[in-house]
Amino acid sequence: MSNNNNRSRLKRRVWKNQLFKSLFFLATMIGLVFLALLMYRVLNQGLGYLNIDFIKNFPAPYPDKAGMFAGIMGSVFLMLLIAPISIILGVSTALYLEKYAPKNRFTRFIQVNVQNLAGVPSIVFGLLGLTFFVYFFQFGYTLIAGVFTMSLLILPVIVVAAQEAIRSVPKELSEASIAMGATKWQTIWRIVLPASIPGILTGSILALSRAIGETAPLIIVGAATAIYTIPDSLLAKYTAMPIQIFNWTSRPQEEWQYVAGAGIIVLLIILLLMNAVAVWIRNKFQNRY
Amino acid sequence: MDALKQRNSNSIQEQIAENKRSKKSLLITEKTIPLFLLFCAAISVLTTIGIIFTLLRESFTFFSDVSIIDFFTGMHWSPWTGKFGVFPLISGTLLVTFIAACVALPLGVASAIFLSEYAGENTRKIIKPVLEVLAGIPTVVYGYFALTFVTPILMKLVPGIEIFNALSAGIVVGIMIVPMVASLSEDAMSAVPKSLREGALALGATRLETTTKVVIPAALSGIIASIVLALSRAIGETMIVTIAAGASPNLTFNPAESIQTLTAFIVQGATGDTTYGSTIYYSIYAVGITLFIFTFIMNLISQYVSRKFREDY
Repeated sequence: MSNNNNRSRLKRRVWKNQLFKSLFFLATMIGLVFLALLMYRVLNQGLGYLNIDFIKNFPAPYPDKAGMFAGIMGSVFLMLLIAPISIILGVSTALYLEKYAPKNRFTRFIQVNVQNLAGVPSIVFGLLGLTFFVYFFQFGYTLIAGVFTMSLLILPVIVVAAQEAIRSVPKELSEASIAMGATKWQTIWRIVLPASIPGILTGSILALSRAIGETAPLIIVGAATAIYTIPDSLLAKYTAMPIQIFNWTSRPQEEWQYVAGAGIIVLLIILLLMNAVAVWIRNKFQNRY
Repeated sequence: MDALKQRNSNSIQEQIAENKRSKKSLLITEKTIPLFLLFCAAISVLTTIGIIFTLLRESFTFFSDVSIIDFFTGMHWSPWTGKFGVFPLISGTLLVTFIAACVALPLGVASAIFLSEYAGENTRKIIKPVLEVLAGIPTVVYGYFALTFVTPILMKLVPGIEIFNALSAGIVVGIMIVPMVASLSEDAMSAVPKSLREGALALGATRLETTTKVVIPAALSGIIASIVLALSRAIGETMIVTIAAGASPNLTFNPAESIQTLTAFIVQGATGDTTYGSTIYYSIYAVGITLFIFTFIMNLISQYVSRKFREDY
C-alpha cells in the first residue's frame, strides 16, 4: 500500500518537473518569438520603401520622396568623433584604476562612481549636455554638443570593458618586461596595451553601437529633424538615424510608418555589422595565452 | 647597425651625456603619464558632479517659482497652464514599470532557470546570444513596434483602450528588460557550485525541486539585484513611453488610458515651444532630479543586495 503511494507521489513529482521544464522553455521562447515578430514587422513594412533613393535623399514632406541620407551621415560623423574621445578617456581611466591607482578610498570612490554612472538614465545625460554644452559653453544645438554628450554617456561602459581586458593580461608578461629593465609605462605601452587591445576594441564597438541607437539624449541636446545638408563643421546642425525614425514614427499618416520601417532596417543593418565586427574580433584574438 | 657604429665612434663622455638625457626624458614620461591618466579618470567623477550640480541648480531656480511642497504633493501636472504637481508623472512611471515588471520578472527568471538548469550546453550557446540581441535593439525601434504592432492587437483584445496607452508601452518595456533579468540571473545561478546541485539530485530530488529549494535560494541575492537593476532601467526608459504611452499626465492606474511618464515629459518639455529660462524649461530639471533620485536609489539597492548577501562557497 505505502509502496503504491510512494510510486504515485514519485510519478507526480517527475510529472511536475516535466511540466515546469516545458513552462520554462516556453517562457524563454516568448522573448525569441517577440524578436522574430519585431523583425518580421519591420521588414514587412519597411522593405517596400527601402531603395537607393531612400539612402541618397534628404528628408522630404512626402513619404515616397523621404530619405535618410542626412541621418546616416550624421550618425557616421557622430561615431567618428565619439569613438576617439570616449576610447581615449575610457582606456586612460581604466589604466589608471588598474595600474596606477593606490588602493585607497578615493580609488574605490572612482570605481563606484563609474558603476553608478552606468546606471544613470540616458536622458539625464541629455540634461547634462543641454546645460553644459548647449548653453554654458554656448555650442548651441550643434554636432559638437551631441558628440560630447554621447561620449560621456558611453564612457562608463568603455571603462568597465577596458578594465576587464587589462586585468585579463597575465601578470607574468608584465613581470618579464619589468625584469628586463623596462619602466612601468614602457611595460604598459608595449606589453599590456597591445595584449588587451582585442578586448578593448570589442567593448568599445559594442558601446559605440549603443550610442548609434540612442535617441533620448540627442533629442534633448537638439539634434534637428529637417536637415538638408551634411554637417561641414563641428558647429553645424545635424541629425541622426534614430532621430529621423522617431520623427517619422510620431506622424499620424500611416505611410510614414513604412518610411520609419525602412529607416529601422538601415539602422539595424548598421548595428548588426558593428556587432559582427565585435564578435569577429573577440573570436579571432581570444585565448592567445 | 649604422646607428651602433655611430654610437661607438662617439666619445665615452658623449655617450654618458646622451644616456643621462634619455633617462631624464624617460623619467619625465614616467611622471607625467600617470598624471594624464588620473586627469582622465577624474572626468568620470566630474561628470557625476556635473549631473548633480546641473539638476540641483536648475531645480533651485524652478523651486523659487513653484513651491517644492506643491511640486511633490500636487495632483495636477499641466505646465502650460501653470500646474506643477509631479504626482501624475510619478504614477504614470510607476504604472508602466509595474506592467513591465509583470512581464519581465516571470519571463526573465524562467528563462534564466531554463538556461542555467535545464538547457544543454549547445542550446544555451544558441539561445543566450539571440536573447541578448533583444537588449541591443534601439529603444526607438521598440517604441515603433509598440505603437504600430502591439497597440493594434491590444485594441482588438481590450475594449475601450486608447491609441496611446500605458499597457502597450509597459509590455514592450518589459520585453526590453527580459534579457537583462535573464542574463544577470543566469550568471548568479550558474555561480552556485555544482556540488550543491549534485547533493540534492543524489538525495532523489527532481530538477525542479533542486532548482526551487537549492539553486534559487543560493542565488537569490543575485536574482534580486538583477531585478532591481532592470526595474531601474524601466523607470529611466524614454523612447518607448514617449512614442507609445502618450502625453497626457493623468492620475490614473488604468493601463488602458494614455499617461505620461517622467522621462516622456522631459522629452516633451525639451522639444516643445519651451523658451530658455521659462518655468517650463526649469521644470524639466525638477522632473529630471526626481527621476535621477528614483533610479539612483534603485541602483544603490541593487549594488547593496548583490554585495551584502553574496554567499561565498
